[in-house]
Amino acid sequence: MTRFVVGRLLLFVGGLAVASVLIFATLRLLPGDVAQAIAGTTGSPEQVAALRQQLGLDRPVVVQYLDWAGGLVRLDLGESLVTGTPVIDEVLDKLAVTLPLAALSLVFGLLIGIPLGVTSALRRGRASGVVLGTGAQLLAAVPVVWAGMLLIGVFAVTLRLLPTQGFPADGWSEPGRALRSLVLPALTIGIVEGAVLLRFTRSAALGALDQDYVRTAAANGMTRSRALVKHGLPNVMLSVVSILGLQVAGLIVSAVVIEQLFTLPGLGRMLVTDVGRRDLTKVQGELMTLTTLVLFIGLVIDLVHRRLDPRLREGDR
Amino acid sequence: MRRGAFVRELLRRPQGAFGVGWLTLIVLSALISRFWTPLDPFDTDPYSAWLTPSFGHPFGTDSVGRDIFSYVFAATGTTVVVAVASGVVATVVGVGLAALGSLTARWVRESVAVLIDVLVAFPTLLIAMALAAAFGGSLTVVVVAVGVGYGVTIARVSRSEIRQVARTDYVLAARANGLGTGAVLRRHVLPNIAPVVVVQLSLSMATSVLAEAGLSFLGYGAPADTASWGRLLSDLQKFIGVHPGSVVWPGLAITLTVLALNLLGDAVRDASDPRLRSRRTGRGTPGSPSTPAPSTAPPRATAPGAAGTPTTPGVVS
Repeated sequence: MTRFVVGRLLLFVGGLAVASVLIFATLRLLPGDVAQAIAGTTGSPEQVAALRQQLGLDRPVVVQYLDWAGGLVRLDLGESLVTGTPVIDEVLDKLAVTLPLAALSLVFGLLIGIPLGVTSALRRGRASGVVLGTGAQLLAAVPVVWAGMLLIGVFAVTLRLLPTQGFPADGWSEPGRALRSLVLPALTIGIVEGAVLLRFTRSAALGALDQDYVRTAAANGMTRSRALVKHGLPNVMLSVVSILGLQVAGLIVSAVVIEQLFTLPGLGRMLVTDVGRRDLTKVQGELMTLTTLVLFIGLVIDLVHRRLDPRLREGDR
Repeated sequence: MRRGAFVRELLRRPQGAFGVGWLTLIVLSALISRFWTPLDPFDTDPYSAWLTPSFGHPFGTDSVGRDIFSYVFAATGTTVVVAVASGVVATVVGVGLAALGSLTARWVRESVAVLIDVLVAFPTLLIAMALAAAFGGSLTVVVVAVGVGYGVTIARVSRSEIRQVARTDYVLAARANGLGTGAVLRRHVLPNIAPVVVVQLSLSMATSVLAEAGLSFLGYGAPADTASWGRLLSDLQKFIGVHPGSVVWPGLAITLTVLALNLLGDAVRDASDPRLRSRRTGRGTPGSPSTPAPSTAPPRATAPGAAGTPTTPGVVS
């Protein structure tokens, strides 16, 4: 186990290092440079040069990178080029929306995907199973933006049940109101991700139904569904956990688009705005935060998976 | 397998028939729309805004009186160009990295393998946003982001395939006869991994269609003078509360195209698998489009293509 954990931690740290280099390098590919971008076409060469010195852009690129990466370790993401405020403060502020949104989406996705996946496996060959399987195949192809628009159409125009735009200005001071405004966006992501989870669960459950232990249990008088739930489910859940890392990554990315659609003041929406403004320090910090989140969740899920799987645990001893 | 037999095998499956049929329609529309569209897709007319679907405007008109059908029809061109370009870039990047990661000297091989493992966690959308921050949004950004982002996934899948082929006796014999690495790759490895790569190619194209839609929705994909389904979604989104019906068309076009590419991938995988091919009628549910073969193992995160899953981390949708 220790060996595995150390190896996995190294991969995580290595991933962060590669990510920081790639993000930094990509943003330095900018034609001209940051100072030119801020000064715009109206800035005189002297102004640009002064700005360049002020931002430390006259130093070698490696020094600039080490400076930024050193800051990352101390959770210092630098200052916004537009407002001059520390990036980390705003990032933490926005995570208060993005993290709950992602968590709620995951809950919806699991609640939709797992029970329906198991059901559709048990109903293989029957009309309901075919409908579930085909429906999931179709839903998995739906662009998440469009799913959101259709839900807004239904909830805003027809039902008028849930808020479809924005987030309370005072944040989480009224938790009920804040949570209500996250329900529809999270449901949107949850439905699309749930369809993918449904297909995984279905395929894993079909595999489990073919196993000897389910057949034996069924021969001993248990119904197939009871046998699957009692003996097969741990195995099914294990394969679901193993792909959850990819799912969560997809979910965080969907959140970027969905925050834009539902005008939620989250990290994704801020990223989209800052890319438009070319606030490169902020974009750098935001991309690094999102990547860290994705890599960290992947790490946690891999460790949990390893801990849960008795076969792998056995091998560790 | 002979080519004719493969195509027959592909079209015999409902998934394959739908995939090939719909994609043919899209490619034909793309070709025709270069020369002719029913109406000019960019022709605005304030007097005919928000017309309901009729014979003259099968999908109705939008806020500035553009004919939605003509626009959706013209946008097939953008979709085809982006999908083909992304698919080609992703395949070249993927197979190239996979070859580097399996056929070269040990230290190169293993560092490339670690690099692939690290890069596979990066969401395509975040790559695209970094590029958009540096260069501004464009369709090239979409192609490069999907090409690199999905290319790594292809590399991971085909690396293990190449390693399997590289260990076979006929490759050993060819090497013993003095055949160089390049020739081994061309004559023995590529033909053997082709089915796997074609499946991944089709999934990478599905990813690119979703990515283009997502980025264009955010305003960093297709420019204003280019018809794009994602742009249309973004244009129509502002009026979603009043005219929710109009967003159905571009969304449906995206969904069906992604579905067709996903199903085509599944069908190619099944049609090129001799174990599935020999069975003339499927067990269980003949004709059920989404019943996987009973022998299909539960999907694992380590082989994203193996289960025909339509997702990769960071599919922008």
